Amino acid sequence: MNFDFPEQQPVQLPANIPAGCLRVNREQWLQTAKALHDANTRLLALWAADDRDRDGCFRVYAMYLLPETILVVEHAIHDASNPMYPSIAALFPSALRMQRAVYDLLGIASDESDMRGWLRHNGWPETLFPLRKDVDGSAHYSIAPASYPFVTVEGDGVHEIAVGPVHAGIIEPGHFRFSVVGEKVLRLEERLGYTHKGVAKLFEAFSQQDGHRLAARVSGDSAVAFSWAYCASLEAITETPVPLRAVYLRALALEHERLTNHLGDLGALGNDAGFALGLTQFSRLKEDLLRTNTVAFGARYLMHYIVPGGVSVDLPGRARGLLLKQYQELERGVVKLRSIYDEHAGIQDRFREAGRLTNELAERLGAIGLVGRASGIACDLRVDHPWQPYDKLRPKLITQAYGDVAARVQVRFDEVLETLRLCRALLDDLSSGPIQVQVPIAEPDRMGAGVIEGWRGPVIVVLETGRDGAIRRCHAHDSSWQNWPLLEYAILGNIVPDFPLINKSFNLSYSGQDG
Amino acid sequence: MRGITFVRQFGEVVLAIAIAPLFAGWIAQCRAWMQNRSAPSLVQPYRMLRKLFQKDAALAKNASPLFRTTPYVLFGTMVLAAAIIPSLATDLPFARAADAIALIGLFATARVFVSLAAMDIGTAFGTLGARREMMIGFLAEPALLMVLFNAFLLSGSTALPSLVEFYNAHRFLIDPSLAFAAIAFVMVLLAENARIPIDNPTTHLELTMIHEAMLLEYSARHLALVEWASSLKLFNYACIGFALFIPWGIAAGGRNGSAATLLAIAALMGKLAVAGAALALIESLSAKLRIFRAPEYLATAFLLAVLGLLVHLQIGAR
Repeated sequence: MNFDFPEQQPVQLPANIPAGCLRVNREQWLQTAKALHDANTRLLALWAADDRDRDGCFRVYAMYLLPETILVVEHAIHDASNPMYPSIAALFPSALRMQRAVYDLLGIASDESDMRGWLRHNGWPETLFPLRKDVDGSAHYSIAPASYPFVTVEGDGVHEIAVGPVHAGIIEPGHFRFSVVGEKVLRLEERLGYTHKGVAKLFEAFSQQDGHRLAARVSGDSAVAFSWAYCASLEAITETPVPLRAVYLRALALEHERLTNHLGDLGALGNDAGFALGLTQFSRLKEDLLRTNTVAFGARYLMHYIVPGGVSVDLPGRARGLLLKQYQELERGVVKLRSIYDEHAGIQDRFREAGRLTNELAERLGAIGLVGRASGIACDLRVDHPWQPYDKLRPKLITQAYGDVAARVQVRFDEVLETLRLCRALLDDLSSGPIQVQVPIAEPDRMGAGVIEGWRGPVIVVLETGRDGAIRRCHAHDSSWQNWPLLEYAILGNIVPDFPLINKSFNLSYSGQDG
Repeated sequence: MRGITFVRQFGEVVLAIAIAPLFAGWIAQCRAWMQNRSAPSLVQPYRMLRKLFQKDAALAKNASPLFRTTPYVLFGTMVLAAAIIPSLATDLPFARAADAIALIGLFATARVFVSLAAMDIGTAFGTLGARREMMIGFLAEPALLMVLFNAFLLSGSTALPSLVEFYNAHRFLIDPSLAFAAIAFVMVLLAENARIPIDNPTTHLELTMIHEAMLLEYSARHLALVEWASSLKLFNYACIGFALFIPWGIAAGGRNGSAATLLAIAALMGKLAVAGAALALIESLSAKLRIFRAPEYLATAFLLAVLGLLVHLQIGAR
């Protein structure tokens, strides 16, 4: 990619896939965003850091997905007393909430008009920015409820339905404000941030060798993806080659995580359409897989599995046969249930046309991951930017064109079957050897990125090292950031009782986006 | 002799109140089996009621007396309905006192109260549920009336006991119009009792609820009464169905001996067991309809009932 300012070329950024870093000034920040927007790239993440102790600057970063590489654009803000940067939300709408979060955490403002708080929720004083280096992260503040100016819709018969953050079922907290006329949804506005845990600040208390444990807990359903992304960034900085066996086992764990979540979602989607048989059958398949996880990886959910330099537990010899048998039964069950779903008139009537996200809209708003693929956006990092071992596996890219609930269901079904193929291939090619190597302490002030395609979409960890094995800054980004705003569009024109089904078909992470 | 009939009437009502939760428990059990789940105990609904009666009720600050009295009104109307429906015998004072059209009025009364109570607190969900309930109700009532007219044309009376006795006198009567009416009746039963495919009694998704959304503000004894009334309503509907379509075993024509009563109880239990399993099967096989398909669904029920009438007038004219 060529920019209008050729004197600056990206420098290489340590990462598990080809990546570059471009340092720009204020004008170039916007120019690069424009050039990248015109070249149909996607925004992967936007975050910032407080470097005043080092060189008196704040820094804001944007990560873009280019056809061949990943590009991190870095802009240093020298005016530390009143840090500002140009908003890129007009070009990349998904940046808006990330910019609002950057302000809440660091007090770096964009010139965007919508600067309502996003993560703060009055949890700490307005003048305090917890991610700044001079703020004590362990202080406690009492939370006083504050009003939040939702956008209101006016008209004859229009009224609002407020749902959450406490729901009738046991799910994560999020608030949804519907403006409806009758049953028809005119507008939906989300308010998230209820599960903000201050993960970024917490990272600074962890050592490099321990950070993966926190990363695995950013979003529990993507534990493997986050811990892999963290370890990949650390290994890239330290240039540690991971043993081949460990690489394959990591991929196996990642694919198991994909299977687990897809099976759970497919069952829940059936249940939300009132078809309880789907839930019980898919729950059974999921449970069988989790039990196999115990044998293969030593735990049902894999929060501990991926560690810097490799994996924590070797695959036992007897696991191979068990896994292959499990895959076979799983495949049989899924194929059968798929035909039940496909041929059930009642289910199809609920799935089709519900919550449609057209390809054009998905492109414009920067959809990513599974939701994007169901709207015809051919983007899967395992396919486009394969890292080890996906460069050998060559996963099939799975897309659907129509973008309704049915399309997202079909993508999940197809991915389950493709993932089973990948799992078998991984087991076949699994070489013997060590499963972990020592990762040395990284030099201070180095930055590296780990980019992993989790089951939901790209999972990104950008790590900046500190002195003596400490973490200076670590940003963990879930693709839910990009896809939550799309839900507000997918629901438009649908009816209120279809929202849970549409929401489930997205199944985005609250915890992952709240951070 | 009058005294005895009142005792029998009382016994019938008590039996209805007692076994209505059992019927709900049986359906839940069948559903679980059909989905390959291990089933909750048959007496689970009773445990639930006991638990709820032991709790302290929480009421919204702005709850009006209407909100607080509605559970009792609801329960009362359903008990009265149970007294009117000839579930065990026809020779009962209450069964003679009101006809089936009054019965529908009774159900409508309950609906009005529960809808008003749902809107009383002023939460979005209560209003949402009440609005949907009224939509389902005003479509289901005419369909149910049409079903009843089918049977009334046969017996020439709008009283359910006369109908049962008419069947007793014409034991081998097979009328094709009843087949249409029976299908329509099952459809109405599912819609009126908040079952799949119209509503999902087990859902936790507040935005999709109809019946449950109206009950969200109730707790403890109020909730217990409302839940009990719901199971009683389902039981009542099942008994209306039995009286209309399979009245075998109901003690009719003044046979008041204990043998006839025992036979009637056994027949009722058998019919409930089969009906419960059949309901569970229908619910397990179908998905919930998108809410705006409900009018189509209930219009179909209405149409079937009208077809039954036409069939009767064409070939059944006697």
